[in-house]
Amino acid sequence: MTASNEQSPALTPRTIRPAVVVGGNRIPFSRAGGAYAKASNQDMLTAALDGLVARFGLADELIGEVAAGAVLKHSRDFNLTREAVLGSALAPQTPAYDLQQACATGLETVIGLANKIKLGQIDSAIAGGVDSASDAPIAVSEGLREILLDLNRAKTIGQKLSILARIRPKDLAPDAPSTGEPRTGLSMGEHQALTTAQWKISREAQDKLALASHQNLAAAYGRGFFDDLMTPYRGLAKDSNLRADTSLEKLASLAPVFGKRLGAEATMTAGNSTPLTDGASTVLLASEEWAAAHDLPMLANVIDGEAAAVDFVHGKDGLLMAPVFAVPRLLARNGLTLGDFDFFEIHEAFAGTVLSTLAAWEDEEFGRARLGLDGAFGSIDRSKLNVNGSSLAAGHPFAATGGRLVATLAKMLHEKGSTNDRPARGLISVCAAGGQGVVAILEGR
Amino acid sequence: MGASAHASTDKYTQFVSRGLGKDLAKKLGLPQPAILRRYEPTAALLTGPVLVEGSSHGAEELAAKLLGWGLDVRRHATPKEKLGAIIIVLDELAHPDELSAPVRSVGASLRDLLPSGRIVTISRPAVDGLEPAVAAARHGVDGIVRSVAKELRAGATANGILLGGGVEPASASAMAALRFFLSGRSAFVDGQFLTAGTPGTLDAVDWERPLAGTVAVVTGAARGIGAAIARTLARDGAQVVAVDVPAAGDHLAAVANEIHGTALQLDITAVDAGQRILDLGFSRYGRLDIVVHNAGITRDKLLANMDAARWDSVIAVNIASQLRMNAAFLADGRFAKGPRIVSVASTSGIAGNRGQSNYAASKAGVIGMVHATAPLLAPSGGAINAVAPGFIETEMTAKIPFATREVARRLNSLSQGGRPEDVAEAIAFFASEAAAGINGNVLRVCGQNLVGQ
Repeated sequence: MTASNEQSPALTPRTIRPAVVVGGNRIPFSRAGGAYAKASNQDMLTAALDGLVARFGLADELIGEVAAGAVLKHSRDFNLTREAVLGSALAPQTPAYDLQQACATGLETVIGLANKIKLGQIDSAIAGGVDSASDAPIAVSEGLREILLDLNRAKTIGQKLSILARIRPKDLAPDAPSTGEPRTGLSMGEHQALTTAQWKISREAQDKLALASHQNLAAAYGRGFFDDLMTPYRGLAKDSNLRADTSLEKLASLAPVFGKRLGAEATMTAGNSTPLTDGASTVLLASEEWAAAHDLPMLANVIDGEAAAVDFVHGKDGLLMAPVFAVPRLLARNGLTLGDFDFFEIHEAFAGTVLSTLAAWEDEEFGRARLGLDGAFGSIDRSKLNVNGSSLAAGHPFAATGGRLVATLAKMLHEKGSTNDRPARGLISVCAAGGQGVVAILEGR
Repeated sequence: MGASAHASTDKYTQFVSRGLGKDLAKKLGLPQPAILRRYEPTAALLTGPVLVEGSSHGAEELAAKLLGWGLDVRRHATPKEKLGAIIIVLDELAHPDELSAPVRSVGASLRDLLPSGRIVTISRPAVDGLEPAVAAARHGVDGIVRSVAKELRAGATANGILLGGGVEPASASAMAALRFFLSGRSAFVDGQFLTAGTPGTLDAVDWERPLAGTVAVVTGAARGIGAAIARTLARDGAQVVAVDVPAAGDHLAAVANEIHGTALQLDITAVDAGQRILDLGFSRYGRLDIVVHNAGITRDKLLANMDAARWDSVIAVNIASQLRMNAAFLADGRFAKGPRIVSVASTSGIAGNRGQSNYAASKAGVIGMVHATAPLLAPSGGAINAVAPGFIETEMTAKIPFATREVARRLNSLSQGGRPEDVAEAIAFFASEAAAGINGNVLRVCGQNLVGQ
């Protein structure tokens, strides 16, 4: 580089351009311990990437950036996404990064990469997520870990022997991962049981939502909706959690598993809670120019996203209630109300989560006191909610759920086209551990 | 090629191809399958000189064209000289008496044919309305080819070209068929005939990438023969859209990514399958030139025990879907410029097979469809042909019990099963620009299986 005497002109700020969803691919989700019991996060993410590459003819293509993540992660997975890219059919020069925001991981990768596309930093991207509850990391106990690290630093045989002699039987018990919140010690289900009871959500309402999830997902499979959203893996061609023949009677017969010590009647069962699940999902994002140059479809625009968090530690709000706050802020910023949407994809961590969220939005007092509105935030037309099923039926491999939601919604919006002289519009809401939530708006095209 | 050829040849063939096994097989009179010469884009067309037998004007012209291909051409046999191929030009036959001299002359050179050598006859078909003597002479060639094919050893084959009306031995369509028979592409084609019709031109043909610039759809591309077809078309330069049922999507994705193609998870029995294939081809690649109907299923049962589900599903997948998709393709103006359709039939559809009345009905149906569709495509320079595989070594045939499989794979003149690539090479040939004018053929890729024609 040579120094120039002339002053360089000020850089013009780049204008924002649309980021579009081209399509998606996921592997069928499997209940933990099932078909993917021996598959690692990297195996599953690679498979989901390869299916996406094949669907859009992208073998050896250099993608602007790939971002994905996992919630349950081995230490060997430190560069999980990049390793998956290297093992996939994509060009090895494709950069990648890992992201983790608990169950919001997948949706956050979509928002982050869409923002890079909007700013012109990249022209194409793949967002995604993966989780294996089967191939979960198991750590050695803290005591044993300390001893092993000391051993590594020891120089003489004598030192090593004396360090080894410190091992006690209790040190040999492994540390398995749990879904418990570090600050409260409560599992996610027990947290939701508090919220479900607080909002007085009935057992029957929860079972009805679970039933609708299974029926809607089964119907979507029946009309081939997932033929271009999914690639089979390890002998599985459908989500293994799907129970097309379930009924309110069957769901009503299940015993409660969460909230049994709350005093109030326990309402949360294995039927209206998501099971531990293995799976991976990916979404192809692009600028309009890139999609057009590659003759690829454009299903929807990623309009905007918002994150929120709540103080669940001190019991002010429920652990999974952050979207209740994120959505009003997101809609206000975009000048929209709940009535301006054609589809709602509200992640079904538990049926109680979805129903507590809707109840909070419909509550006058909550709207005034907590959301700073004149009254209730609003209600949604239930016929627009999770119309092709959601996590209660499909299962919920934590970081993979966001990609599933975005690809599914983008296809639905594209199929609907425009309505009332505007593009079809959809809202995604995902709650997450740590009292977090991420929400986003998509518009069909 | 050596190592890989051995790796994918059946164990018996490996055993008798060298050393002790070779001696043993010879002494005991066991079948001695040869390792066949298969096509490689950069390999020479033939492994030795080509002898052109025949004194007609057509023979002269043909020999001149072969020189243009860089072949070492002989017009008379040199004693003891090894030959890569012998071409017998019999385009002016008028009486069976005229067969004697040229055919016996070839017979004298047969022992000089190199391993995987080629005998190719060029003659005219015994169509209706001929003088009986002319028809007798022409049809006599059929018997010669099929018999000589059974006499040849060491992977050598004999095949014939029938010249359609107005076609000469050196016409483009005949030369394209000849090149196919001479090359390793026809390794497992033996005792068969191709009819060369309306000639085009070979001036612009890129022999190393004959499908460059084309877009091809292959159904049933996730595994076996379909995957081999997709790979072969891609190797020849085509952009491939690989189609299979959603449940086979993982294997399909692997094939598509390997050949830089696109995977389309689609049930071809869907009413709109043809339209969806057209939409993908035109939206993604702006064109669609080649359709290979390979997808097929078997649901074997003796007719006495056949239920509706077995019968109907085989008909729906193997023939009804092809008819419906072809109707959609032909009705679409964009597909009208010289399209190529190639269907996979089966020797079961020609000779019949016990327990396969449903499958044979569907595959014989494919042959009927090809004959009836050919004249519809001819005016636009398009073509439809079928390939009928015999015993091919695939995952599917690997499941046949050992003894049955061992018998099935030896029951042909080459004493071995074919490879999926052998079927694929024939399909790639039919799909190529050079094959313009080769329309309405059903070519068996069966090593001259003993059953049927």
